[in-house]
Amino acid sequence: MIRPNDPTSLSRRRLLGAAAGAGVAFATLGGRSFAGASRPAARSTAAGAIYDGPAVTLRFWNGFTGGDGPFMLDLVDTFNSEQPNITVEMTTMQWGDFYAKVPNAVAAGSGPEIAVLHIDQLATNAARRVILPLDDLAAELELTEDDFHPVVWSAGIYQEERFGIPLDVHPLGFYANTGQLSAAGITELPADKAGFEGAVTALQESGVEHPFWVTATWPAHLMFISLLGQFGGSLYDEEGATATFNSEAGVESLNWLTSFIDSGASPEDVAADAQAQAFRQQTNSLTWDGIWMMNEWAKIDDLEWGASAVPVIGDQPAVWASSHQFVVTRQASNDDMLAAASAFIAWISERSIEWAVSGQIPARNSVRESEEFQALEVQSTLAAQLPDVVFPPTVPGIGDVTAPTFELAVNEVILGKSSAQEALDSAAQRADELLADNRSKYGG
Amino acid sequence: MAETLAATPTRARWALPAGRGRRGRAGGVNSVGLGTALVFLAPYLVLFGTFIVAPVVYGLWISLHDWDFLLPGKPWVGLENYVELFTSGSVSSGPFWASMRATGIFIVLSVPFLIILPLFLAIALNRKFPGRNLFRAVVFAPYVLGVAVVGLLWRYLLDPNVGVINHYLGELGIDAIPFTTDTPWAWFALVVPTLWWTAGYNMVILLAGLQDIPRELYEAARIDGAGRRNQFRHVTLPGLRPVMVFVITITILASANVFGQPYLITQGQPGRETRTAIMQIGEVGLRQFNMGRASAQSMVLTLSLMAVSLMCLSFLRERKAKR
Repeated sequence: MIRPNDPTSLSRRRLLGAAAGAGVAFATLGGRSFAGASRPAARSTAAGAIYDGPAVTLRFWNGFTGGDGPFMLDLVDTFNSEQPNITVEMTTMQWGDFYAKVPNAVAAGSGPEIAVLHIDQLATNAARRVILPLDDLAAELELTEDDFHPVVWSAGIYQEERFGIPLDVHPLGFYANTGQLSAAGITELPADKAGFEGAVTALQESGVEHPFWVTATWPAHLMFISLLGQFGGSLYDEEGATATFNSEAGVESLNWLTSFIDSGASPEDVAADAQAQAFRQQTNSLTWDGIWMMNEWAKIDDLEWGASAVPVIGDQPAVWASSHQFVVTRQASNDDMLAAASAFIAWISERSIEWAVSGQIPARNSVRESEEFQALEVQSTLAAQLPDVVFPPTVPGIGDVTAPTFELAVNEVILGKSSAQEALDSAAQRADELLADNRSKYGG
Repeated sequence: MAETLAATPTRARWALPAGRGRRGRAGGVNSVGLGTALVFLAPYLVLFGTFIVAPVVYGLWISLHDWDFLLPGKPWVGLENYVELFTSGSVSSGPFWASMRATGIFIVLSVPFLIILPLFLAIALNRKFPGRNLFRAVVFAPYVLGVAVVGLLWRYLLDPNVGVINHYLGELGIDAIPFTTDTPWAWFALVVPTLWWTAGYNMVILLAGLQDIPRELYEAARIDGAGRRNQFRHVTLPGLRPVMVFVITITILASANVFGQPYLITQGQPGRETRTAIMQIGEVGLRQFNMGRASAQSMVLTLSLMAVSLMCLSFLRERKAKR
């Protein structure tokens, strides 16, 4: 009775089918020893970047569906032409699908050997044994904390083992339409609360009806995380055991965001992508968005824009960021694959300057300190925020707590459906339940 | 006839009892033809068993565990996942029943339009006029699009602030309507695209149903003095009944399985008000990897849909019996 090609019937049947299929696949693979594959016995090669074993094909999955994808594909193509014995096949899909598919695919043996994950998904996949510990690989490549920004480097660790090799950091940035700002008599991007609010008023007076669009969806909850840190709050306690975002700092953060809607500086009901669209169309002058959006703005010919660190609205600087980390899945079952994976990761890491062009900040110090990176104006400006980035605790399942809890609360408050305290309290209660659930599930 | 029967014994056994009349036939099928019937049904039963029965049974099994297929421990929890669903205030019950409610609202709002509009389109396009095939194609065309295309297209059309529809409404002096961010407008933003997208499918089936109604019935009705309205009531509607039962049932099921439209157009906004059951189950099972819980929710959804389908079928059958 279900229409064969009707996507609305993406039904529980298909869902169950997928779950069942994956379960069966896992059962048949269950015999393969995880421990056997867990020690990357990469042979000693000079800095790991040269691979001289038999020909290997590595599957490499990621979620670079935006403007970043072509940059990564170029890097992969160059790598393939330089390394005759390694063929890397890159597959890209939406991040949302990616996190659902990778564990299934790896369990079925048809997934990738190498993948890129966000840090908040690292612990989950480590606990679910999708990915392998990489301490040996890091040692092999002689990578240490000194090579990376410490915050990003330590984010790759779960239960005292390293699972991720950092590729980049991508914080939120503050973008402004500099044409409209100077028309309003402002020459520099504001960096504090008074400056920011003053700029909004000045822009309104100069004829921009809605200078600061406060969106109800992405990236609203990322702005919330930044503000929360600025007002001295945090999402969770240090162990990631209980939610703390319903603190006074949380309420203050949301009230600050909604104040622009109340004052008319932001339109009501700003839906997904609308604030970015409005920034492109120059009906929105100020926006906080991911560093990767810079290439989107650059595409608009008559848009004059500038970028700077997210203004400090609260008492201290803080900004949301995430980091892409290279991981090796347990599908990389033999030494050759591990050695080849290690060569690939080292190669990309050293060339992360090319990746930085796509709107990222390289995790590697040597690259970040290079002249080439300093020449990338926007990236190097936003890189100044690195000491202030806020990462979630590395406990399994933490990334999945976001959407049903504070992301939802932010949505309800910005749409005027609920007061800040009320929404955050009920989200925090739910987050506590989910965190407790994760603890019992992953035995944390 | 006798020669054919002799030459093909299998068919003979199948056909002979039918020739003997009603009483003999039932016994014949049961005692003689069951094996044959099974042989003919086997290919379907294999597929049905592999892709429907087995996953359902497996899902039932999963729903009795705290199940993450990648973790070694999958503790048996018995009916806990179900008990939780029916305990208010538990982790899964609130969001799940909210999503069931959203699904119910969507069914109630979408199904009547998805039946009535295609019915009138089918009647209109069943007439003879120049360009009829072109119109049929135009109405059916959106159905070939994927949900991602339909979802994104309408999301941009209906955007409260930068959407085309509000732009033109604004030129007419109407304030921006929060189509994708506030109820009840969000339901409009889900039902209208669904209607535009799938009405053509129902129309095609109803059109086929209309063409199956014998012309003589209309002739007879006309001779008896029935006007257009009475022809519609006493010939078209009864003639369409079997097709209608099918269309109503699949439309309810398709609407109950709605996922792409709220996922893309409203993203469940405001809050979780337009988050449907499939979205919720997907999140619990495939994002949070609580497959036990998700399976229990699927079972509850399945049972509800079976109940609704049975009600729908029996309702239409009763009316038939009354006549």
